[in-house]
Amino acid sequence: MVNILPSLGDRSLRSLVDLDQGLISREIYVNEEIYKQELEQVYGRAWLFIGHESLVPNPGDFFKSRMGEESVILVRDHKGALHVFLNTCRHRGMKVCRYDDGNTRLFTCPFHGWSYDTDGKLVGVPHFKAAFHEELDKSEFGLHEVAHLCNFYGSIWATWDRDAPSFEDYLGAYADGVRRCFESMDGIDNGVELFQPVQRWRLPCNWKFPAFSFDGDRMHGVTTHRSINVAAIGPQGDRNEGDRHPMRARFPSTAYEMSIRELGHGGHNDIYEQPGVAPYVDTWQTEPPEVDEYYRQAREKKAKKYEGQFLHGGGALIFPNVNIQEQRILHWHPHGVGATESWRLYQVDRNAPQAVRDAQRRYMMRYCGPAGLTESDDMENWNYASEASSGMMARRLPYPFKAGLGHNHGDDRVPGMTLNFDIAEENQRSRLARWLAFMEAGSWNDLYPNTKGK
Amino acid sequence: MTTDMTVETMRQMLERLMLQRDIEEFLSMEAELLDERRYDEWLEYIADDIHYHMPIRRNVRFGEQYRENTSADSEISWIDEGKRVLIGRVRQINTGIHWCEEPLSRVRHVVSNVQVYDPEGDEVKVRSRFIVYRNRMEDEVDLFAGKREDILRRDSVTGWKIAKRTIILDQNVLLAKNITFFF
Ligand code: FES
Ligand SMILES: [Fe+2]
Repeated sequence: MVNILPSLGDRSLRSLVDLDQGLISREIYVNEEIYKQELEQVYGRAWLFIGHESLVPNPGDFFKSRMGEESVILVRDHKGALHVFLNTCRHRGMKVCRYDDGNTRLFTCPFHGWSYDTDGKLVGVPHFKAAFHEELDKSEFGLHEVAHLCNFYGSIWATWDRDAPSFEDYLGAYADGVRRCFESMDGIDNGVELFQPVQRWRLPCNWKFPAFSFDGDRMHGVTTHRSINVAAIGPQGDRNEGDRHPMRARFPSTAYEMSIRELGHGGHNDIYEQPGVAPYVDTWQTEPPEVDEYYRQAREKKAKKYEGQFLHGGGALIFPNVNIQEQRILHWHPHGVGATESWRLYQVDRNAPQAVRDAQRRYMMRYCGPAGLTESDDMENWNYASEASSGMMARRLPYPFKAGLGHNHGDDRVPGMTLNFDIAEENQRSRLARWLAFMEAGSWNDLYPNTKGK
Repeated sequence: MTTDMTVETMRQMLERLMLQRDIEEFLSMEAELLDERRYDEWLEYIADDIHYHMPIRRNVRFGEQYRENTSADSEISWIDEGKRVLIGRVRQINTGIHWCEEPLSRVRHVVSNVQVYDPEGDEVKVRSRFIVYRNRMEDEVDLFAGKREDILRRDSVTGWKIAKRTIILDQNVLLAKNITFFF
């Protein structure tokens, strides 16, 4: 199926995404009609990250999240079950939930007073007798719920599309890596909670600038973040030349760009030459000693759990717009063709003592988010790259995604993964390939398994 | 007797006025340093044990305003740091390759409604309101309004030092792409 968009003349979408040559038209980042289409084709179908069960621990707890451009409510109903609803009243569309989070018995609409139970049922309609003559079928007008919700080791995901595959199938070979991003430092599954609240801020660029380049554009680090080491924001302070990342002992390993071509997920992950978990090195020199002590003990427990097992892979960008890592989640929501609402969420061991929580929290705040010393420079580059790509002439020049083109390989130790050199642009090509598949697909039948025509 | 009272009252009034004036001048001087990007000098007015905190502000149900601003004890804020990180920020800007401040933004602080209260020992609490205007590159504009809650401490060399600053920004979703300067 080929889509012809009026503003693109006779060029099909496929002609804009030339993966064999690694040439991608700038149109797909700046074109209004393509943007509108991707809200339907991508955001209407894909599994999207919603939040975490720790945000709504008790019956009646809710957390306002987002799917694509739209507001949704993650809520735990009075029986304890989780739901995700579109945040719009079924009567005239008013937002029924206008708080960032909280606890409630009912969502009562401030417009005409329709009220909904925490399981989404319409339970109250003012003037039900006098105005509606009791003829309104309330069961037809409950809050609109997602087609599928998945609680994946505590992380919550949802899709609007009934025909979507299971979330585990959607993750494919990354299921194990994502699972491990929600385990505690000592290796217990579903062992983390999220710090609250979410950092949310607006970026003037298309959502694909951050989402498709993060964990796929290692090339930018040396230049974009050239100024960061002088600030020595890493947990080890000035040691290690002020490196912003925590020091780590490693087993012999090789770092790769790793991706699943067919699914669009990918990260920067290691393949280890030896099983188990590398021993801990004291890192948190800027914090009280109990912090290192906690991490060291946790690491020892984790090493026991994984003794003899190879832990290749790890966190990744999960198509289309969320990057799951061990202590942070980076989420980018489309907010108009030239704007993105960026979210940062941070995991912490559920049982971590105060000193560890403080250390981790403060490190994340000085690293990430709009005021983070590292990330602030990314915003500048995405902002002006986006702007300078939008002009009449500028948009005719394709972006080359050529680094590592033709150098993909596989490795039996990580079945299903496509590997490339640690600094390549293969992860980005992989996301673009999946994006094109979503944009051309008539339904999930064309998308999973995505091996057709390959 | 009455005359003595009046003299004492006037002395106290004068003292309060002088303190108010002193603090206002200090805050104006600080704004001048920031606006003129004299960040190294600004750091001299920052106490070594400063807590510099900018909470995130939630939309909460009426009656839950106590949790509207995030806590520095357990929650995520926009900024929550001490002097070490502030020094790091200044160093980073001074590299000339901190791209989000290269070229430097034009930032202007308008500080007003200064309230000085609870003087205790060598410390005093100060509330002020700010409008901070940032203009960057050709046409990038951000406007920040809010309130600062400071603790200022007397210092034999610099007059005052900022021992604590809480910046209450009047935004929920941050409408700027980043925060790369000081409030
Ligand atoms: S819009 Fe909600 S009750 Fe009318
Ligand atoms: Fe970056």
